[in-house]
Amino acid sequence: MAKVQDRKLNDLLITGDQTYTSIDSSVDRLILNQKLHGKGWNILFLIGISLTGLLGVSIFWLLYQGIGIWGNNVPSAWGFDIINFVWWIGIGHAGTLISAILLLMRQQWRNSINRFAEAMTIFAVMCAGLYPILHTGRPWNAYWLFPYPNILAMWPQFRSPLMWDVAAVSTYFSVSAVFWFVGLIPDFATLRDKSTNKYGKVIFGTLAMGWRGSNQHWHRYEQMYLLLAGLSTPLVLSVHSIVSFDFAISIVPGWNVTVFPPYFVAGAVFAGFAMVMTWGLPLRKFYNLKHLITDRHIDWMCKITLATGLIVFYGYLLEIFYSWYSGNFYEFKLLMKTRFTGIYAPMYWLLIFCNGIAPQIFWVPKYRRHEPTIIVVCFLISVGMWLERFVIIPMSLTNNYLPSSDKPYYPSFWDVAMFTGTIGLFITLMMLFIRFLPVINIFEVKDLFYKMGGKKEIVEEVGANS
Amino acid sequence: METIEQIQQDRRQVALDKMRAELEGKRGQQYWRTLEEVMQTPEFEAWFEDEFPNRKEIFEIDRRSLLKFAGAGLALAGLTGCRGVFLPEEKLVPYVKAPEEYVSGKPLFYASAVTLAGYATGVLVEQFEGRPIKLEGNPDHPASSGALDSMSQAEILNFYDPDRSQNVTTGGDISTWEAFFREAGPKVAAGGVGILVGALTSPTAARLLSRLQAKGAKLYSHEPAGRANVTKAVAAVTGKPGVPVYDFSKAKVVISLDSDFLSRSDNPGALVYARQFAKARRVLGEKGEMSRLYAIEAAAGTVGAMADHRYAVKPSEVYGAGCALANALGIAEPAGAAPANIAADLGAIAADLQKNRSASIVVAGEHQPAEVHQLAFQINQFLGNVGQTVKFVETPEFTTSYGSVQDLLADIKGAKIKTLLISNTNPVYSAPADLKVGEVLSAATAVAKIHHGLYFDETAEVADWHIPMTHTLEAWGDARSFEGTATIVQPLIAPLYEGRSDIEVFSGLLGEPKGGYDLVRETLTSKGFGGATFEKAWREAIHNGTIPNSASATLAMAGGAAPLPAPVKSKGMEVVFAPDPTIFDGRFANNGWLQETPKPLSKLVWDNVVYMAPSDAESNKIAMDDVVLVRTAAGEVEGTAFILPGHAKGSVTIHLGYGRTAGGTLATLSGVDGGGFSAYKLMSAKNTCFADVTITPTGKTQHLSTTQGHNPLGGDRIPDHRDVIREATLEKFNAAENKREALMVGHSMEQEEIKENNLFPEEVFEWKGEQWGMTIDMNACTGCGACITACQAENNISVVGKEQVSRGREMHWIRIDRYYSGSDENPSVTWQPVACVHCEAAPCEPVCPVAATVHSHEGINQMVYNRCVGTRYCSNNCPYKVRRFNYLNWTDNQAQFSDKNKKVSTRYIPGAINNPKDNGLQLLKMLNNPDVSVRGRGVMEKCTYCTQRINEARIEAKKAGRPIAEGDVVTACQQACPSEAIVFGNIADKNSAVAKLRKDPRSYLLLEELQTRPRTSHLAKLRNPNPEIKSAQSEEAHH
Repeated sequence: MAKVQDRKLNDLLITGDQTYTSIDSSVDRLILNQKLHGKGWNILFLIGISLTGLLGVSIFWLLYQGIGIWGNNVPSAWGFDIINFVWWIGIGHAGTLISAILLLMRQQWRNSINRFAEAMTIFAVMCAGLYPILHTGRPWNAYWLFPYPNILAMWPQFRSPLMWDVAAVSTYFSVSAVFWFVGLIPDFATLRDKSTNKYGKVIFGTLAMGWRGSNQHWHRYEQMYLLLAGLSTPLVLSVHSIVSFDFAISIVPGWNVTVFPPYFVAGAVFAGFAMVMTWGLPLRKFYNLKHLITDRHIDWMCKITLATGLIVFYGYLLEIFYSWYSGNFYEFKLLMKTRFTGIYAPMYWLLIFCNGIAPQIFWVPKYRRHEPTIIVVCFLISVGMWLERFVIIPMSLTNNYLPSSDKPYYPSFWDVAMFTGTIGLFITLMMLFIRFLPVINIFEVKDLFYKMGGKKEIVEEVGANS
Repeated sequence: METIEQIQQDRRQVALDKMRAELEGKRGQQYWRTLEEVMQTPEFEAWFEDEFPNRKEIFEIDRRSLLKFAGAGLALAGLTGCRGVFLPEEKLVPYVKAPEEYVSGKPLFYASAVTLAGYATGVLVEQFEGRPIKLEGNPDHPASSGALDSMSQAEILNFYDPDRSQNVTTGGDISTWEAFFREAGPKVAAGGVGILVGALTSPTAARLLSRLQAKGAKLYSHEPAGRANVTKAVAAVTGKPGVPVYDFSKAKVVISLDSDFLSRSDNPGALVYARQFAKARRVLGEKGEMSRLYAIEAAAGTVGAMADHRYAVKPSEVYGAGCALANALGIAEPAGAAPANIAADLGAIAADLQKNRSASIVVAGEHQPAEVHQLAFQINQFLGNVGQTVKFVETPEFTTSYGSVQDLLADIKGAKIKTLLISNTNPVYSAPADLKVGEVLSAATAVAKIHHGLYFDETAEVADWHIPMTHTLEAWGDARSFEGTATIVQPLIAPLYEGRSDIEVFSGLLGEPKGGYDLVRETLTSKGFGGATFEKAWREAIHNGTIPNSASATLAMAGGAAPLPAPVKSKGMEVVFAPDPTIFDGRFANNGWLQETPKPLSKLVWDNVVYMAPSDAESNKIAMDDVVLVRTAAGEVEGTAFILPGHAKGSVTIHLGYGRTAGGTLATLSGVDGGGFSAYKLMSAKNTCFADVTITPTGKTQHLSTTQGHNPLGGDRIPDHRDVIREATLEKFNAAENKREALMVGHSMEQEEIKENNLFPEEVFEWKGEQWGMTIDMNACTGCGACITACQAENNISVVGKEQVSRGREMHWIRIDRYYSGSDENPSVTWQPVACVHCEAAPCEPVCPVAATVHSHEGINQMVYNRCVGTRYCSNNCPYKVRRFNYLNWTDNQAQFSDKNKKVSTRYIPGAINNPKDNGLQLLKMLNNPDVSVRGRGVMEKCTYCTQRINEARIEAKKAGRPIAEGDVVTACQQACPSEAIVFGNIADKNSAVAKLRKDPRSYLLLEELQTRPRTSHLAKLRNPNPEIKSAQSEEAHH
């Protein structure tokens, strides 16, 4: 095991004594050796599926009774529903960023994290997508938001940001899903080839769509993948910008802010990377993938988190600044009476701590590799990003132009039930994904391995390196 | 193989043989309908009963055919199943014979009257296809002038109340009227009859009751929030029981001694008084004059809120303050004792009165003792107001001469009563606690007790018989207004249930049962009404809603009234008992509209509370929502504390009417659902107006629901210098060069600058035609809430209940915001009615993803319910927060109709309609205005400017080939408003009242700086404080 003295960045992306076969097997054994998944998987899956059951019950009760089972009111016509929608959409963003933008930028370190980040994107968008439909008063009519031909010759109202939202989120979901599936094809082929039982062969064989790994296949694949990456790239920016328009377009104090689009996008990437790490760290630990998701990956993700966190924090500071500088006393009152003080002030200050203060620990290189710290900070960021939406949505809405309309918002049991339910759905889908699909992009890692020279001994440890 | 015909033939033969055999065995005359009836063979029965007797057995059909039939059946069932499952099953059947004057889809209006505590308010009842659906004021009636208060309007909901009593019952069983009269007749003949009624003005009832009296019946009356005190005082000064009638339009100075003459719960003339008062204070254009109102107030009410100078005093100090005012004017006796807060200003007030001799009014509160009234009359006489602004008329309330509940109880104890009829009053609930009416009546087993009322209430529970009463809208009758004018009450519909009206019962007891129609006509003929042309006069009187020249005779003040007592110094805490501003004395406790109408000042719904001053709350360590133990000499009760800014120190106010134990689902709610507590449990018969009290915190809390304020976010005051309210003193306004600047309260001219910098032209009407707009005069609004109920009735607005209101989901399309300014001890109040302002650049419109809210070319921001998917974005983006969302299915899920919430007396037998949920709902559906969509769950709604009324006016105008004229469209809120604060019309027509008011110097647009360009403009409030008085209040009003 010779030490590689000249450490290029790429060298650190795969560690240990690796061959193509070992890379293959370190990922495909999760699928091919089902006995690998122990008690931990069972427990998490059980939690996930139970909470999904709760989601089902919540949805049934919601459809049966109406939005009134939640805490929404007038003035806060939106509450947990839209908070959770925006939160989930944000979570998904890291996946698209990793798969699309980093691909175009030829950042090959993405290769070992893009697969499960993309899966997270899709599952998060699925959780998010429930809300815009279910939060409507008459969800059975929610399809009216789509521009479909009908005998009334009635079109949706294209000036409404909710309309743009429908377009943005549905495009986002479909492109992400296609991108994910296309990326999976070569790996499906690998699994087909390696499967020893009938079911694996048939299922993965079908999913591999006749992939033979021919030169032509690879050529087309690469072109297709690049095109999809090009399609996805604007989506990374557009989806959350458009989600932010839901607020920025309005005249609600606290919403009507031009900084929202970039601030929302940064927040989404911030939340997304936190969630990627929240899943990635346990994943590489419990399934022995530390040689593929290395400390260098974690280190870089921490840096991105820190950078986007700073943008978000800058957004918070800017909000304070312009509510004073604009001379708009509705904004100023919102800041002073609803954010800095008042019954919801703890939420605001907790937000500042979670999103503003906590990530600053990543300035210290040691903590970018210290797993417990990272997990705690990532958890705080997820909480913080949820709080950010709470601060924006109900807290702004409870603060009105006419003081007589100032009324508090508080969630009901069903608000919380549905939120935990979507978390359960997310966990369930992730657990199924871990068990039945390759969590790491096998062929891209092998590609990376090839580019690094295919050496058997790459590097032993990266701990000391920074 | 036999054919089916053969089989049938055989069966028939067998059966016929058997029948003959059977008939032979019969003796005597035996009737039979058909041959088949006698030949009851099982086979024939089966064949006969079978719907398809010739069908094939299932085993006879081959597999393929079976599948074919099954498939076809399924497909056909699926087709027909759509109707009635997904779509409502509807049958349209035209009239074969149309009722006279009836045009499909057009309502008819009938003049009638509704009574409250005996006093009539003339109404026009809107009737659709035989269903009364809305009550509106009768413009020709002297107590209405076209306006109508919340309580009178809500009578329509009482009418359709499924909880109303429906059957004659005795001892827990359903009985009949015939049985009742069979039993009651001999009893009446045997003598010892006592009749207890509420306050009555009906000439027919007077006639019948006096006949019963002549037959030996003893008559008593009980009216918990009645006018006994004022009648007594008028009797003292004129020699005859009477009532004062004021003319506020002529008064330049008004002194209120704890009067709430602007509120119908306090004064039966309130609608007219509010109109006169508003007229005397209306300032149009650059300059104007206003009357000045000084209020000395114990219970915080609407008059205090409207006052230019308000002095909060303990209830027992009102008399002392009045005496001190009399002294300051030069009336020597009795020597007054003015509370500290008013003493310094008395000189200035007296001078103001002296300046306005014969153009001022001193008005005493209905719920102040007689001496306060008498004092007020004497001051009025001293000032020469009597005959000018004040006159006295004979009381239309003939029951004032009847015995009281005390007399009744004494007679029961003295065994003078053998049969007791209690008609339309509820003494077991509403008599002062120390009389223990319930106990006495229950103990008097020898007395046959009959209860006659709209509900099976507390009194019905102790009675032997309960006989249901008809509602005003379903029986003939008559009643008189506060100044005596009589009205014929005509029914709009046959009685829904088995009820009979009071006059019908009285005539039944006289042994000559007659219908109300005959009884009322007899009364009129007996008075020589109409003479030879009776029929014509009768028809005219019914049509107009008044009987001409029936007003009470004027009484002259005579000297020699008993000298007034000297004021007594008050000691500790006192409690004021005031009728509730929405549910009155408890009679409307089962009325959801009124329960959910916010109380004017506290904005509280569904509860009564212990109102107290902030300083008292602080010194007793009581916070909002704390449950306190209230103890008086008469009893004790637990109630929730409500800290009301401006409430008099040293006293608490408790509204009557809550804490019911029987009488309907909503009346008997408790705890988190509302329902409050009974103030009667604290009342003693000696003084039903106020009492000494001790308040002790219990450590418990009970959440209260309000529609404004009372939450951690505030909402009672305008926190920063934002431009929500504009107001000024009259002096400042008249003198100002720049009127708009003068009206800015503390806030800068920034908003005006925005307006001046506006690049858009002021008015852009893209369509040449009507452009609808509204103005709301905050100077005229008294905060009474009549508009809220009018809107609710007109637009089928749901009631949501206490819990949902506390969630912030009340559905009222119009609300009256109440803002305080100044100190908590004595704040100024500004009312601001807000409904959808119909912005020309409406923020709600561009954010709706499905175009469910759009603008009409006439400038109305329309809500398309059918298109709404309920994203609620429009509500978020509405700066006025006037949009209301159907968070649940409130139309069908009203607690009132759910069996689970039903809590009625164990002895109460529900009628067929009452019990099942659906039927109760069916009944309430009849109340809906067919011109307005009923909104389901998940749909946004809001004020439409009564678009259905606009369309109706448009159709009429088109038919007549003319444009819509000024006054053709009157919105429901405008119509009901007693002070004419709301004006609606075409702002494109520069000569219309609304267009002129829009240009008035007081006119401003709410949140104009947002450039939403509302179609509703508000007119700034003006106050007219006495420049001689430099009180803290008037100082603050300037800032």
